Amino acid sequence: MTPTSSIQPTATEIETELLAFLHGRGKVEVAPDTDLFASGAVTSLFSLELVTHVEAAYGVAVVGDELRMDNFRSVRAMVGLIERLRATCETEPSHG
Amino acid sequence: MEEQDKSLVAVLGAGVMGVGIAALALGHGVPVVLVDVDDRVLEKAARDVPLRIRQGQLLGKLPRTTDLPPLTTSTSLEAAAAATVVIEAVVEMPEVKAKVLRAVSESVAPGTPLVSNTSGIPIDELAGHTLRPSDVLGAHFMNPPYLIRTVEVIRGPRTTDEALDPALRLLTSLDRESIVVGDGAGFVINRVLQRMINESARIVQEGIATHEEVDALFQGCLGHRTGPLATADLIGLDNVVDSLRVLHTRTGDAGFDPCELLLSKVGTGDFGRKTGRGFYAYES
Ligand SMILES: NC(=O)c1ccc[n+]([C@@H]2O[C@H](COP(=O)([O-])OP(=O)(O)OC[C@H]3O[C@@H](n4cnc5c(N)ncnc54)[C@H](O)[C@@H]3O)[C@@H](O)[C@H]2O)c1
Repeated sequence: MTPTSSIQPTATEIETELLAFLHGRGKVEVAPDTDLFASGAVTSLFSLELVTHVEAAYGVAVVGDELRMDNFRSVRAMVGLIERLRATCETEPSHG
Repeated sequence: MEEQDKSLVAVLGAGVMGVGIAALALGHGVPVVLVDVDDRVLEKAARDVPLRIRQGQLLGKLPRTTDLPPLTTSTSLEAAAAATVVIEAVVEMPEVKAKVLRAVSESVAPGTPLVSNTSGIPIDELAGHTLRPSDVLGAHFMNPPYLIRTVEVIRGPRTTDEALDPALRLLTSLDRESIVVGDGAGFVINRVLQRMINESARIVQEGIATHEEVDALFQGCLGHRTGPLATADLIGLDNVVDSLRVLHTRTGDAGFDPCELLLSKVGTGDFGRKTGRGFYAYES
């Protein structure tokens, strides 16, 4: 455990925050596993805003192969992406 | 890739379409120089192009590479002199296009394809303003150019294979599907589409149906993905009015005379998506 990881939000907290973002900014009510694109809740124009939000709020960079709709298809998928990206960020400094 | 290594695309005009065309080329590894008369427009374009590329990648419509070639911006047409292909996307005003195409034809190497993204000005008319009419052709990209694969390519009566072929090769290297058609005001798409938008707006103006009802009919009954008035908002109502005027003056067909409702929206600055309001309201 590094000191930074203890102040980072848990998966549940991320989930709550993303649902609030979708409610406030996207004006949609969804469940954590709602398919945002199939349900029409998120348009392709708004999808880029989701990416920018995830990056700004969680200090991760979504680039290359991770920049795909499947990673943003549901709140649960986004939580998975954020945790995966944070895990790689945290392990990197210990190598150097 | 070899083709792309020596390519440099000059995009003239950094508005809605110029930004989209620049994103398409850069996203496929082709360097771009983007020219506009307005410095602030270029600053905004330099911020928007990377976002458009990310959107294309997110949607799986552009390769997911992080290794992108440089975007250069300039307020001087001289910056386009070294281009291997020029794509003109300035405002749909015949006199502005004539001036820009003339100037760029004086600075690029002979044989460099001069491609206009005009919505409907006959290619031969534009070609007539340049030093070498044989180098001029049309490529009518749809908006957004990096999401829509098919491009309406226009061969003017004086366009030669020497200009058409390298332009088609560039489009292929950008993963576009080209459909080459003949010349004439509005070509294929806009001869039909602009008329349809004008008529739809006139229907709303006459109180026969609301804009939502018009669009819902085209979507529900004819399976159109977007109705004509939402499409007009996406194009930009200012551009729709300019295009209608081009078509009206060149065909004499009163159906292209822009209706009052379109003119009043443009008059009050409601240009559609790009200003946040047109037939519909949009969030910033
Ligand atoms: N908007 C669409 O959906 C669409 C689709 C296909 C084709 N087109 C055509 O593409 C062209 C551009 O349309 P747009 O929607 O991007 O318009 P726009 O108004 O968004 O952008 C036009 C740009 O041209 C610039 N400009 C004006 N004079 C110039 C000059 N002398 N040199 C360099 N730049 C100059 C303006 O500053 C502006 O930034 C038009 O011919 C239009 O008809 C538009």
